[in-house]
Amino acid sequence: MAKAATTITAARAPAQAGRDFSAKGVKLAVLAPAERISLRAPEASIAALSKALGVTLPQKAKTSATKDGRTALRLGPDEWMVIDEKGNDPLADCAGVKQLHSAVGISHRNVAISVTGPAAAACINSGCPQDLSLAAFPVGACSRTILGKSEILLLRTAEDAFRVECWRSFSDYVFTFLAQAATDAAA
Amino acid sequence: MLLIRCPYCEEERPELEFRNAGEAHIARSTNIAAESDEDFEKFFFIRSNPKGIIFERWRHIHGCARFFNAVRDTVSDKFVMTYKAGEPKPDLAKIMKTDKPAAVAAEVDPQEDKTKKPAAKRAAQKGDA
Ligand SMILES: [Zn+2]
Repeated sequence: MAKAATTITAARAPAQAGRDFSAKGVKLAVLAPAERISLRAPEASIAALSKALGVTLPQKAKTSATKDGRTALRLGPDEWMVIDEKGNDPLADCAGVKQLHSAVGISHRNVAISVTGPAAAACINSGCPQDLSLAAFPVGACSRTILGKSEILLLRTAEDAFRVECWRSFSDYVFTFLAQAATDAAA
Repeated sequence: MLLIRCPYCEEERPELEFRNAGEAHIARSTNIAAESDEDFEKFFFIRSNPKGIIFERWRHIHGCARFFNAVRDTVSDKFVMTYKAGEPKPDLAKIMKTDKPAAVAAEVDPQEDKTKKPAAKRAAQKGDA
């Protein structure tokens, strides 16, 4: 038997850390790093995974579920992203689940930007073609979609608040796009 | 912008979230190595490219990421219907009864047809090739 592996911890260098922007009616802020996993699983595994994660994986299109700082976003019929903002690792929680699933740690892949204020939806809509009215995209709704030329993951956290997740290498573009959109939305 | 109904998301979503993935219902041979060159060419390269109704694969790439099938009119760009991958090819006669597409309904203008010659021919006529 080999010796127990030593844990190697790498220093984080979060992209766009601390960046923020304010315009009339819209505030942008780059959010703190979070733990994230990409989860794929068939229907038969959902109950066991939900129990292990402590949050029920939603099965309806465009919905999410949040409990104790952990949010499960339903992206497709068998695909979720789980975001943990309290430093607990959802990957470790899935490791003990025997039912068929694939959990991949993607914490560092994404950067999250909060878009808040009465003009938040207008700001995002300047580059995202989805209907963001409260009827079509209520609080808790989430979807993979696009903003300008970048793919994003959009979650409505309150009536006038969104979490925009994008890939790290697109984060400068997405933030700059949103800042310009916020200026336009205020005008 | 077109709105395309994703059968997995069960709602109409903006076309920018989708990507076309070629003609649908082209079955790959279960024994591809035994295919004759002619049959392989047909399977691999030859597409129907109709003027009017076409059955296509589409992918909701910037959404649920699923492949699905769509019935589309290549003249008007109208999406007649969409359905999940693996579901049988819909009966064209039945679709037409409920939703007659523009290309079939409209009279084809013969004058318009005359202008639609291959690019090479047009260039030769103009003499500026
Ligand atoms: Zn979809």
